[in-house]
Order: sequence, then structure tokens, then C-alpha cells
Amino acid sequence: MDNEILKVENLYFDYSDTSVLRDVNFTLSKGDFLGIIGANGAGKSTLIKIILKILPYSKGKITLFGEDLSCFRDNCKIGYVSQKANSFNSDFPATVKEVVTANLYSRRGFLKRGGNDKKKLHDVLEKVGMSGYENKLIGRLSGGQQQRVFIARALISDPELLLMDEPTVGVDAKSVRQIMDIITELNRQGITIIMTNHDTPELVRVSDKLLIFCEHGNGEFVERSNLTMQQINEIFAGKRVHHHA
Amino acid sequence: MPEIFQYDFMRRALIIAAVIGIIAPCIGTPIVLKRLSAIGDATSHSALAGIAAGLVFGVNPIIGAVVFAVLAVMGIELMRKAFGKYSEIATVVVMSAGIGLTAVLSGFIVNGSSNLNSFLFGSIVAISDFDLYFTLALGAVVIIVSLALYKELFFVTFDEEAAKLAGVNTGMVNLVIMLLTAVTVAAASRIVGALMISSLLVIPVAAAMMCAGSYKQVSILSVAFAEIFTISGLIISYYLDLRPGGTIVLLGVLFLIIVTLLTRRRRI
Repeated sequence: MDNEILKVENLYFDYSDTSVLRDVNFTLSKGDFLGIIGANGAGKSTLIKIILKILPYSKGKITLFGEDLSCFRDNCKIGYVSQKANSFNSDFPATVKEVVTANLYSRRGFLKRGGNDKKKLHDVLEKVGMSGYENKLIGRLSGGQQQRVFIARALISDPELLLMDEPTVGVDAKSVRQIMDIITELNRQGITIIMTNHDTPELVRVSDKLLIFCEHGNGEFVERSNLTMQQINEIFAGKRVHHHA
Repeated sequence: MPEIFQYDFMRRALIIAAVIGIIAPCIGTPIVLKRLSAIGDATSHSALAGIAAGLVFGVNPIIGAVVFAVLAVMGIELMRKAFGKYSEIATVVVMSAGIGLTAVLSGFIVNGSSNLNSFLFGSIVAISDFDLYFTLALGAVVIIVSLALYKELFFVTFDEEAAKLAGVNTGMVNLVIMLLTAVTVAAASRIVGALMISSLLVIPVAAAMMCAGSYKQVSILSVAFAEIFTISGLIISYYLDLRPGGTIVLLGVLFLIIVTLLTRRRRI
């Protein structure tokens, strides 16, 4: 299928003797918004790390942009935003401009510079509402602003798939709203999104597909539009979705 | 012409000091920002073992320093992976090995113990033609590689995981950082002294971090500060008949204290 971005088939991942992911299956097309839901330790972040090739999987098959994951090298098609606001060194002397453009330069390969970087920087900062902050030290920004800068960094290489692992953790309520608005707008513009979030109701609201991890690492893949109100409430309550025939 | 420039050995010393003033902060910046400052110490002690080996086996001590410093950083890189989150153990082990080896080898140096001492605390009178040209060549390598990989060094230093995901060969960049550290330490051991070179990797960068508003500014200011320490330290040591390495380092520490006090209000 031309529009197919990601296909995960019979995926298993074991950590030591523990089975984290078991027989996970789903397919995403261009423009999909997949919300991954589950308790802490259910395997949400693990799945994202497997797709990013940070973790190797035990069994199964992953096809990314039509290529087997092990052969996939076109990194600029993928953007990644993690829980950075919590974990990065805020004393590091780097400006917003340096952080965002780093993603651009490195993808061109060694010794290759130049191009319309200024315009790209301006465009992505505008998209995340951070215009005018180019020369500010990133450590001096609020958690929400820092996270928007990291989203801009992911966007500067024009990714087609954006993976976001709890991007609103440690961010104030107003910034959460702004970040979620930015993410939904990016999705409207055609970027495929995979996202985990501790705020399950919010994630269910913005997603059109859901991967729900219950016990034993089995991921249940469902279309948001096929869920009844009762099933959505079950998800909010942390229960398994019961399909009614 | 001032008296100091009339002596050939001082001209050589000033040239090498100027080169070290550029390369030490060039590599010191990623080392400090990656919180790997202790690697400078481990490498310099291993370089000292190389100097001692050079003196024992009749090889130029700076070549010995380069070889041992490179072996040291390779050893640290290999061991760091084995110790996982306790990777700083690797640095201490390599430093201990360097000190131990220096102690053992120094017992075999015939008529050269004063030469070994000159490498401990730095000396300006014993710079040969070979030392000068070899240091210039090493300096050129460090400067060219640092400039060519400037963006990659920044990305790996700031966020190694993101750099890796973006397609940067982080393993190669980390190896380059370690090798350049080894080369810088070996090149600077003649004038600054192996026991003090690590401070020259750290102090100019620390001072620059106090007043810079970007990574680029840290890179530029640290070179400017290091040039001030090395050149003025060398000149002061000449006129006051002091050890050059110690003078350069103490000047740097004094400068750092002043900068820290002056920028305190700005940082609060």
C-alpha cells in the first residue's frame, strides 16, 4: 500500500526472563494518529524504542516506509520527542537555534553545511510558537517552552512520522494545552503520529487509532471511531476493551 | 625587540603555547560539557608513562606520550562499556595504571630523571626542532578535526541519544573526542607539564561557561581565555623565573575565580 507508513507484525520483546511485548500487530497509514495506552511498565515506551532501533526486538517483523526496519536508514523521515523537559541538563550553554539546527546539520553528513537554514529555523519555531526565542539559552526557558523547542528540533528535518514518548510530562497545564494543539495541528498537516501520554482521556480524544496494552504485553489495536462510549470509559478506567459482536 | 623574543627557546615556547591555547579548549569544551573532565587526568598520567617509556627506550618522549595517551583513551572507552552506569571507574583504573607504570619505568631511566621532571611540571628550555614541528602537526590535526566536526561534536555533547537517532555516528564522534584529548595532552605535556595539562582542558572552558550565552560563545571565549593564560603565563614565568606550567595554571585559576565573582550577579 502506497500510504502505508508502519507495519508491525507478531512483535515480541523479552527483557531478561520477562515478556514485555507479546504478539503486537498494527498498521499505520499516512496521517494516522496512534495513541498508545497502558499502565506504567506495560511496554509503551519499549515499543517506541524498538521502532527507533534503540532496542532490538526478540521476534516478529517491522516494516517502516516499505523497508524492513533493520535495513531502514532514512532517519530524517522520523522525528522523536521524549520526556526531555525532565531529563536534560538545563545548565548546558546552548541556544534554541543551536539545539534546533543540530538536527539539520547532522543529517546532511559531515562537512556539508549551508542551505536555507534560517528560513527553516524560523518556520519550525513559528509552528511551535517559539519565534523570537532563537538566541535564548534553552536552560532559561520554562519546561513547556523547552519541550516545544524539542518538537521544533524534531520537525526541522521534515519528518513524515513523529514518535512522542510522554511529551507533556513535567509541563504546566497551559503548556500541555499548547503542546497538544501543536501536535494535532501537525497531524492535520499530514504527519503520522505515534504518541504515549500519561493523560489517557486526552490521548483518546486526539487519536484516531489506539493501541491498548493490558496484562501480558498483548497490544489491542482499535479504531477510535469504532469504540462505544462504554468502551472508552473502560479504557479511562484502565480496563481491557471488551468487543461486542 | 623585547628581550624575551630574542631567545630562540622563548620563541619556540611561545609558538607552542599559542597552539596549546587553541587546542586545549577546542577539545576541553566537549570533554567538560559531557562531564568527562577526569579523562584529562587519566590521559595525562598515562602520557607520563609514555614519556618515561620514551626516555627508557631512547624514543622521543612526546611520541611515547602520544602512543600511551591513545592507548589510555582506547582502554577507557572499552572499560566504560563494561562498567555501565559506573563508567567513571574506567577513568580511575587507567589513571592508576598510568601512575603505576610511570613509577616503575622511572626506575629504569638512566641519566634522564631531570628530563622526566621537566615533563611533570613543564619546561621551555628543552624544546627541540622535532618537538616544535611535531606539536605544530598535532595541533593542526586537532584544530582541523574540531572545526570540521563542530556541529557533530555539539550534538553528541548536548544529546547523544538524539544525535544517534538523527543518523550521527556517535561512536565515531566519541572516539574522535577521546583521540583528540590524547593528542592534546601529549602535545601540551612539554610546556605545561603532564600533571597540569588537564587543568588547561577544563579551566578556560569553565571560565567561558560563566559568561557565554551559547555553545559557540563558549567555544570562542574558551580559546581566547586559554591564549591569555598560556601566553601571559609564559611571559610571567620568564621574567619571574618560575615554572611555566604552574604559572599558566595558577593564572587560569585566578582568572576563573575573578570571572566567577564578576558574573555571579548575572547568573542568579
